[in-house]
Amino acid sequence: MEYAVALLLLGALVVLVVAAPLRRPGEARRHEDARRAELEAAKEAKYREIRDAELDFRMGKLSEADHRTVDRELRAEAIEILRQLDSLG
Amino acid sequence: MAGVGSACLLVALIAALYAAGASVYAARSGRRQFALSGRRAIYCMAGLLALAMGILEAAFLGDDFSFALVAQGSSSDTPTFYKVTAMWATQSGSLLLWAFLLSVYASLVLFLTRRSLREIAPWATAVLGLIGAFFLLLMVGWENPFDTLQRAPADGAGLNPLLRHPAMMIHPPMLYSGYVGFSIPFAFAVGALITRRTGADWIRSTRRFALVAWTFLGTGIMLGALWSYTELGWGGYWAWDPVENASLMPWLVGTAFLHSVMVQEKRGMLKVWNASLIVATFVLALLGTFLVRSGILDSIHAFGASTIGVQFLIFIALVAVASTALVVSRLPHLRSEARLDSLLSREAFFLLNNLVLVGLCLVIFWGTFFPLISEAFTGEKASLGPPWFDGYTTPLALVLVLLAGVGPVLAWRRVTWAGIRRALRIPVAASAGALVLLLLLTDAGDSAPSLVMFCLAAFVLAVVGQEFWRGAAARRVMTGDPWPRALTTLVGRNRRRYGGYIVHAGIAVLFLGVAASSAFLTQRDVRLSPGQSTKVGDYTVTYVRPTARLGGDRAGTGAPISFGAVLELRKGGHRELLRPSRNFYPTQDASKGAIGRFFEGEATSEVDLRWGARQDFWAAVRPDISELDGPIREANARFGDSNPNVQGFVIAAITDRYRRNPPPAAFRFIVSPLVAWIWIGGGIALLGALVAAWPSPEARLRRVRALQAARVGRELSRA
Repeated sequence: MEYAVALLLLGALVVLVVAAPLRRPGEARRHEDARRAELEAAKEAKYREIRDAELDFRMGKLSEADHRTVDRELRAEAIEILRQLDSLG
Repeated sequence: MAGVGSACLLVALIAALYAAGASVYAARSGRRQFALSGRRAIYCMAGLLALAMGILEAAFLGDDFSFALVAQGSSSDTPTFYKVTAMWATQSGSLLLWAFLLSVYASLVLFLTRRSLREIAPWATAVLGLIGAFFLLLMVGWENPFDTLQRAPADGAGLNPLLRHPAMMIHPPMLYSGYVGFSIPFAFAVGALITRRTGADWIRSTRRFALVAWTFLGTGIMLGALWSYTELGWGGYWAWDPVENASLMPWLVGTAFLHSVMVQEKRGMLKVWNASLIVATFVLALLGTFLVRSGILDSIHAFGASTIGVQFLIFIALVAVASTALVVSRLPHLRSEARLDSLLSREAFFLLNNLVLVGLCLVIFWGTFFPLISEAFTGEKASLGPPWFDGYTTPLALVLVLLAGVGPVLAWRRVTWAGIRRALRIPVAASAGALVLLLLLTDAGDSAPSLVMFCLAAFVLAVVGQEFWRGAAARRVMTGDPWPRALTTLVGRNRRRYGGYIVHAGIAVLFLGVAASSAFLTQRDVRLSPGQSTKVGDYTVTYVRPTARLGGDRAGTGAPISFGAVLELRKGGHRELLRPSRNFYPTQDASKGAIGRFFEGEATSEVDLRWGARQDFWAAVRPDISELDGPIREANARFGDSNPNVQGFVIAAITDRYRRNPPPAAFRFIVSPLVAWIWIGGGIALLGALVAAWPSPEARLRRVRALQAARVGRELSRA
């Protein structure tokens, strides 16, 4: 008896919680936010790489020529991400 | 409340299956509402399993022996701490813990990725839902922790005495948190493969989960080793036991994964390798869970044979085959975006370190499963002992520590020989200095592998010290900050890098302790009568007197009887007392008699040891109580039907007899040099992992700003 009642109550509660989003359509507008969040994360990761390379150079792990090449490539990749971010408006 | 608990499991199972179904539908149809609905189903699963855990904990704390699990794994005299933790000492309790931790991890990651990874997240939800459903199905179908007994016994059987150790009770949740944690990157990797979005997005979103899982698993392994050292009575911390190995294997492959994902993040390389590593890590984590309780391999840690072995093996095989097929089918999408610029680069050394780590795992896998392999081919179970494992793992460990030192000094993409020479000058000098000092001042030269390990540890510590120094110096040049501020800002802004270096230092210290304690250990097994002494290394130990305690054993495990010894330990002018003992727990076996059952149940060693930075002195005693057999037999016959108070007096009299007429007792004494550095090294590695996993304040701020910017953009477009 206890099992059946608990099953019924807990099941109903779960159905209530899980079914709620199905009753309100229109989630598509968040698509742009999600894309922006992904690009922001990619941008942060790229900036981190640029800072890492800068630190490596200042610590003497990278020669000046190597650092210039690496930095140029990384900045180009960062610019591409910024361009995509801008295109989102 | 058992009915409510069972209902929680069934509803959670349905929710998990729904989460999987709704998420797959959302991913295929593009109807986002179903993805959100599936995510909510995972949250519900977490809530239901939290309720189930609460009900079961309440039953343990309230001594509700109508629950079969409570009757089997606890008793009214079990100390409260062990009642709280007794749940995961049982098979169904540990399954519930696994499913609960999975639901918590899954809820957390799905909440954090609710605004990103739109294509991958629904598939990951489906994978996590299916994993959860498997564990819930095991409980609902075969191992229900809420099974009840027709007639509740007056008292329970009690927790396995060997498990009555603080480290052992924290150890399983730690291990499980590690095993379960790896399901998160696994699920997102599967999602990335299915959607062909094989960039670094899924890694960035789940990297921290992998690191947390790795930290938990590593901490669990360390706690297991500590338990073995202080509880099992043999004096070691690692025996290459199958269950120990089962936890080490996913940790090793997980370590490789944590290194190689950096290569994918930075260079877009090693995509196939990373996908394969996370699949292997998760499969090994499942295997680890299975091995602990399956009983298919002989282990000192196997606490019962499993009734769900076949189901587990089928699930592991399904996961392995389906994931491998998925990786193979996506090979065209897993091509590297860049080529290796130079063999003298950090990514090249990461690849090398990966090969060593995977090599170590393969060696351990072969050694662990050799009994089954040999049985399949020869019909006889032959096992491989520690010397076999040491023979292969020692050289690999040496290479690994060397790479842990070289890796940090290399830059990504390429580095010049001149740069390497400059970076390695001081560490190599430190290593050479250590070699000379060790040869001149110690007998470290007696063991070549240990001597090499000491020098390599010095090398790694010098590299890490130099990296902090040079990084802070570079920061000072850029900002003009004073040294302390430059150092803290350096670490704060580069937590992942410097956290990783701290981990490397911790591992080097840990290996230092392993090398010293395994090669230069002094052990003595002797029988002593009160008043007799023996020499162990530089120490003189005297057996002063026996002890016999009724109730209230020194470790607080709830043992009713404890026999032991008071030892005097002398070294030079220093003198102190040790009190090792052996706890006796009653058996439920009626054939032993009403009095005898208190002396003939399980017994565990309560080791006494003196920790030291230079060396530990470890002592265990095995009292000979065979001379009490006669009095116990007589007491069984005369007082078997007496009331408990009388029986208590009789037991007290028998234990007192041991104290008054003690026979010689067997002792094991161990002097173990630098063993404390194993635990200190583990602690340093844990600290480093926490530094690396902790989100930087700047990143948090930037994330908030990005979300706010997105919101502003959205709201402006609406206006």
